[in-house]
Amino acid sequence: MSSTLAPDEVERIARLARLSLTAEERDLFARQLTAVLQYAEQLREVDTEGVAPTSHPLALSAPLREDEVRPSLPRPDALDQAPDADREAGLFKVPRVLGA
Amino acid sequence: MTLPTTAGAIRRAVASGRVTATEVCQAALGRIREANGLLNAFRYVDDEGALALAAEIDRRREELMHLPLVGVPVALKDNICTRRMPTTASSHVLEGYRPPYDATVVERLESAGAVIVGKTNCDEFAMGSSTENSAYGVTRNPWNPERIPGGSSGGSAAAVAARLVPLALGSDTGGSIRQPAALCGVTGFKPTYGRVSRYGLLAFASSLDQIGPIAACVEDVALVTSVLAGHDPRDATSANAPVPDFAGAVSEGSLTGLRVGVPRALIANGVEPDVLGAVQAALEVLAGRGAKLVDVDLPHSRHGIAAYYLIATAEASSNLARYDGVRYGVRSRGDRTLLDMYEHTRGQGFGPEVKRRIMLGTYVLSAGYYDAYYRKAQQVRTLISRDYDSAFEQADVIALPTSPTGAFPLGERTSDPVLMYLADVFTVGANLAGVPAISVPCGFTSAQLPVGLQLTARKMDEATLLRTAAAYEQLTDWHEQSPVNR
Repeated sequence: MSSTLAPDEVERIARLARLSLTAEERDLFARQLTAVLQYAEQLREVDTEGVAPTSHPLALSAPLREDEVRPSLPRPDALDQAPDADREAGLFKVPRVLGA
Repeated sequence: MTLPTTAGAIRRAVASGRVTATEVCQAALGRIREANGLLNAFRYVDDEGALALAAEIDRRREELMHLPLVGVPVALKDNICTRRMPTTASSHVLEGYRPPYDATVVERLESAGAVIVGKTNCDEFAMGSSTENSAYGVTRNPWNPERIPGGSSGGSAAAVAARLVPLALGSDTGGSIRQPAALCGVTGFKPTYGRVSRYGLLAFASSLDQIGPIAACVEDVALVTSVLAGHDPRDATSANAPVPDFAGAVSEGSLTGLRVGVPRALIANGVEPDVLGAVQAALEVLAGRGAKLVDVDLPHSRHGIAAYYLIATAEASSNLARYDGVRYGVRSRGDRTLLDMYEHTRGQGFGPEVKRRIMLGTYVLSAGYYDAYYRKAQQVRTLISRDYDSAFEQADVIALPTSPTGAFPLGERTSDPVLMYLADVFTVGANLAGVPAISVPCGFTSAQLPVGLQLTARKMDEATLLRTAAAYEQLTDWHEQSPVNR
């Protein structure tokens, strides 16, 4: 485990997480996340050889249901809370994706 | 005329026609109006909607009087979806958001005759242990307004502690129902993972999240749990198991033969002396009622916080990806590209703790770190669960302090995330193992701050848990203490 997060590493993670950070945030998070990761270092002491990871507390089955057509969220309701939408066309609007 | 105060008493009084649902609702709204300026327990109060529901109950009393929560005012943590009210999880990113559907628990409460009066403040997206991470201001502890109420369901706990409403729902991912209940001197219950549908709960960490009630007494907790529990096809992780009669379970008084396990090594260090003293005294009360105290060991639980904060943040980094300014909530303005819009919306919309957790979760899931952090934490989770399995071979319930300290002063831990995370040291185990756990009031510190006793039981054995908690409550009067009557 690497237990120190440098500010440029914080910048890289912020990109992955689609978060813009201020310079102050970047430096603060570098310190604070380093402290959390150093605390988490204690897990290294635990012998987990051959132990299966738990991703979920219940032994889940994959229940099947009948393949019936049921009502879903009406399009106007789905668009109702959108910050920008073309409600007549039934579309969410976003800034341009390519060629900016 | 004095109005009844507990959910059970309100239901009986409304059903018999001794009081009207409207009177009960008006009184609750009046108390909220008076107290909320100081406490900031409520984010949103729907006077009009609540009074309309109450009036309908009064109009149809004959027909509705059999309902288990008829006329009972209820508050909901603001991360539970309501069509009738905004739902923001106390985040700027969801300012003004109105969900297009009700959570399953909302449907169940309203079908049971409850009157939902409003939404309570919480840590943003339920991430915190003090309610100081709300984008809409701190909630104050009704016992001492300079102290935190606990979190993340701090508004729900404070609302019940100040007797504004008899019942509130919270959500518990690592202790967020039990810890604020303990610090506010009320009863908070996290059912078994999967017992209550999460449909309509804004997801934080999906393998840990569970909805549950906060009330002033165990009888009310049992009453509302009977309403909330049960399979829901809209939540694939909801348990398809029969729901026992919880209200019946709490009426059995004796604890003869019950084995109460005490993990002495786990609580030997880091617990405030006043808290430890109150919990020891509570164990003697249980023993006096016929329970047998046995030593149990949860050797891996001391690593619970480390495992929990890696797993919970990893899940959160995925769950919170949906807040991108496209379909709902707030969007950053004036961005020329989609990527800029995403980054600015999320950078401006989320508060510092949520950003920290998304960052941590993104990091532990990223290439090169997954095995060292995330997978390792999941393996430790397995060991923690196995410890509970072994302990439950020797004991029927396990007793612990809910919180290692009483309510700490506002601002004390906000700059030190690790110190804040340690507030959950005794509560995260139940979430990692998926077992049910309850916190009941068991005394006060010398600073007159409430202390909670936490009891845990086997998966799906809420009945034993509630019976034990109810028996303890019958022998003590800590749950009757309130900052209102002191």
